[in-house]
Amino acid sequence: MATKGIVKGIVSNLVTVEVDGPVSQNEICYISVGGVKLMAEVIKVIGKNAFVQVFESTRGMRVGDEAEFQGHMLEVTLGPGMLSRNYDGLQNDLDKMQGVFLKRGEYTFPLDSEKKWAFKPLAKVGDRVGAGDWLGEVDENSQPHKIMVPFTFQGTYTVKEVAAEGAYTINDTMAVLTDANGAEVKVTMVQKWPVKRAITCYREKPRPFKLLETGVRTIDTVNPIVEGGTGFIPGPFGTGKTVLQHAISKQAEADIVIIAACGERANEVVEVFTEFPELIDPHTGRKLMERTIIIANTSNMPVAAREASVYTAMTIAEYYRGMGLKVLLMADSTSRWAQALREMSNRLEELPGPDAFPMDLSAIVANFYARAGFVHLKNGATGSVTFIGTVSPAGGNLKEPVTENTKKVARCFYALEQERADRKRYPAVNPIDSYSKYLEYPEFQEYISKHISPNWIEKVNEIKTRMLRGKEIAEQINILGDDGVPVAYHVTFWKSELIDFVILQQDAFDAIDAVTPLARQEFMLDRVVNICRAEFQFDTFLDVMDYFKKMINICKQMNYSEYQSEAFKQHNAELDELLKERIVK
Amino acid sequence: MATKAFQKIYTKITQITKATCSLKATGVGYDELASVDGKLAQVVKIVGDEVTLQVFSGTEGIRTNAEVVFMGKAPSLKVGDQLAGRFFNAYGEPIDGGPIPEGREVEIGGPSVNPVRRKQPSELIATGIAGIDLNNTLVTGQKIPFFADPDQPFNQVMAMVALRAQSDKIILGGMGMTNDDYLFFKNTFSNAGALDRIVSFINTTEDPSVERILIPDMALTAAEYFAVEKNEKVLVLLTDMTNYADALAIVSNRMDQIPSKDSMPGSLYSDLAKIYEKAVQFPAGGSITIIAVTTLSGGDITHAVPDNTGYITEGQLYLRRDSDVGKVIVDPFRSLSRLKQLVTGKKTREDHPQVMNAAVRLYADAANAKTKMENGFDLTDYDNRALAFAKDYSSKLLAIDVNLDTTEMLDVAWGLFAKYFNPAEVNIKQVFVDKYWKN
Repeated sequence: MATKGIVKGIVSNLVTVEVDGPVSQNEICYISVGGVKLMAEVIKVIGKNAFVQVFESTRGMRVGDEAEFQGHMLEVTLGPGMLSRNYDGLQNDLDKMQGVFLKRGEYTFPLDSEKKWAFKPLAKVGDRVGAGDWLGEVDENSQPHKIMVPFTFQGTYTVKEVAAEGAYTINDTMAVLTDANGAEVKVTMVQKWPVKRAITCYREKPRPFKLLETGVRTIDTVNPIVEGGTGFIPGPFGTGKTVLQHAISKQAEADIVIIAACGERANEVVEVFTEFPELIDPHTGRKLMERTIIIANTSNMPVAAREASVYTAMTIAEYYRGMGLKVLLMADSTSRWAQALREMSNRLEELPGPDAFPMDLSAIVANFYARAGFVHLKNGATGSVTFIGTVSPAGGNLKEPVTENTKKVARCFYALEQERADRKRYPAVNPIDSYSKYLEYPEFQEYISKHISPNWIEKVNEIKTRMLRGKEIAEQINILGDDGVPVAYHVTFWKSELIDFVILQQDAFDAIDAVTPLARQEFMLDRVVNICRAEFQFDTFLDVMDYFKKMINICKQMNYSEYQSEAFKQHNAELDELLKERIVK
Repeated sequence: MATKAFQKIYTKITQITKATCSLKATGVGYDELASVDGKLAQVVKIVGDEVTLQVFSGTEGIRTNAEVVFMGKAPSLKVGDQLAGRFFNAYGEPIDGGPIPEGREVEIGGPSVNPVRRKQPSELIATGIAGIDLNNTLVTGQKIPFFADPDQPFNQVMAMVALRAQSDKIILGGMGMTNDDYLFFKNTFSNAGALDRIVSFINTTEDPSVERILIPDMALTAAEYFAVEKNEKVLVLLTDMTNYADALAIVSNRMDQIPSKDSMPGSLYSDLAKIYEKAVQFPAGGSITIIAVTTLSGGDITHAVPDNTGYITEGQLYLRRDSDVGKVIVDPFRSLSRLKQLVTGKKTREDHPQVMNAAVRLYADAANAKTKMENGFDLTDYDNRALAFAKDYSSKLLAIDVNLDTTEMLDVAWGLFAKYFNPAEVNIKQVFVDKYWKN
């Protein structure tokens, strides 16, 4: 018998419901308002009163309106057919909704129940299986989508039947399992999972160590992110957060990309909707949209659903990780999510923490980032969820709660800087403040030595040191004047400018420069490091500037040319010629 | 607003604060409108049978036995073609002495557009102002504010933009506008003979400040009517959004909410986003473009209002008085239109992006030369030419009194390049130099 309730109080989207039976924290209920059922989630219970946050506008709701409790938390529906779809924060399929405007209380099924999938069994009758084990697979946009034992199953089961190879819909029975007591359970292609719980059907979660190539030099070369790693991008508005995020989601070497547009501009999501079906995945040659899922909860959509949207995205990511896939999850922006928490906490009249955010913000952020990771599945396969979030710090000040709490848990930090953006040095990632903790992981160092080169890390650290030195000298020159420092200082400064212009800066709008494969990054890093290590002969600081400007120009032409093309080789030869003019050793 | 028959009248108010009053009532809907002794109020809180009303015009003079009538509907506006050419207050009531327009009643603050039904904006809005059209091109469906100090002529510039932009309708939402500014808009529009395509919702400094909260929703509800049902290109002007935010802060303060940064409510981002995100390009051709004004205090853009606005809008425009030419210009450095690359060089002449970047770069060189000069260093020949270029560029292109079409602007820019520089210094793709360089 499902618990029912009656609305007793309303303040914006926080509604008090008097219940006639048991309710659980985070349980979902539907409140009928003028014939429309609005979804809500329990966030506090006092005696018979359950406080629920309604995921939509409560306009017109009255005391006495009825609520029906569902006996489960907010869930997502998992199964084949999620790729290429556009969902809202509660996993409603936006394309299935009628009309131009979103209608209150319209909930659409996230999958296609008619479509037939080509199923191949992987398990055999008699196999002993548990939650998350693979029973079979279907082909979803060229990805092997595994049909798994539902994550909610506890203990060990024996496979009694598995469907034969053939075409089935998501609701057909794909396997029959028997539990320890001999009871039979049927498994379809669909399962449900509560979004706020992590899916932990894996054997272990080691420290991540495999480089995740993004084609963005300031990330891959300078501060690499790894498969199953975490990173965040804070930056004031106008510093290119979204362009950088889009670049990563377009180019990253991942099997599945999930974009959670959380409280951001709708036109930015429209850009993804418009471009991704046209763009080609540089790694597979297929359309980008085929590997992408978009969770769009833009800034004008209901605030409570904004909080849910990041969890929805993470749960879908974990589901695909369980299939042994490399998943990249991008959330733009986690600050909007934190603001949604703040609005609710405020209405609940909780005592506020710093900047009126809830006191447990740091725990919430930490728990969320902890769901990412590289895992060994029970069958020995590996999968990963890499998470990159953006943060929109109020007033561009990085000393605010969301940035600070994220910094504690995310392992990569890509600080976008107003000053760099003003000088049009894109991507405006500050090379000195930013970091990747993975560079210090012995596992990662070993992996890089084997897959790229044994002295790669040494070179990366060298250019970082040179950038710092360049900045120090620039400050000295500003104070003492060009003539006030030795010519050698100018050489050191311009070497750091060379690194900046050739490695760090990258044109996201140029077809070739936008994506730099690893081999090419290696080539350019070698080239630049060797130049930096060389000694040059100059008479005046003006010569230094002219010479390095020429050098930067040639290197930039190389960046704009197809790798190893005629033009590229020609510029490369020009660079050799130029170096001969001044090089001493 | 007239009361309907058979409505229950309550006469027992239990609590009165500066902005709200509470009473015992049943069957009341959230967000519903009520009248308290004829003053409009809205339901903001219901606890059991106790209903709290926010009285828009303030609670001065409200008696504990005031007559309270619930209207059974949220704030709404009668939309129809008769709105055109009219002036209304924050409640959508005429203030121009004309009749009450007839039309379909629509609740304001309606639902959002499904993001998958939006179209990518791609149509240029020509304003004739080169600081905008050349450097920060606007696109239909865009939302962009002027970040301005209170003494800058932003209302004049907005009126000019509104009249020159080829939009089908202009909706003016005035919040905390001085009566003089209201009359300025009224006269400017009527002198231009444009009154028939303008709808205005005005809250002046003489009106109660909390009423302001209704203005953007009123204006955008009218805009949605023309954009959705008539497929018209609608331009919405909102001035000044800082006053709107201040009104929100007052309300949240009186409701005992915990303030966040700069005493603003914690929901400021969502509140502003709900308004600005109404800017949209509809697939059927209609569009809503929002140009707003956010006044700054002492030029501080890290204040919560401009800061949150900057995260929501698609760029921002800055005005600045250029003391070298004595004119107000659109600042080419700090202004930004995020959507300009959707049209520049595509809907405008091919050389547009390159010319725009080159001119701004040379203008930056002039700024460096100026610093050098002020610090007493010697100027090179190039510095002097850059400075001369900057003056011409500022007065012939950036000044807000310039009125040219985009192709003319590009030609003027090429003329200035040739006058002061050689092609190598301008650094534009050779094909364009061959085609457009003025000898």
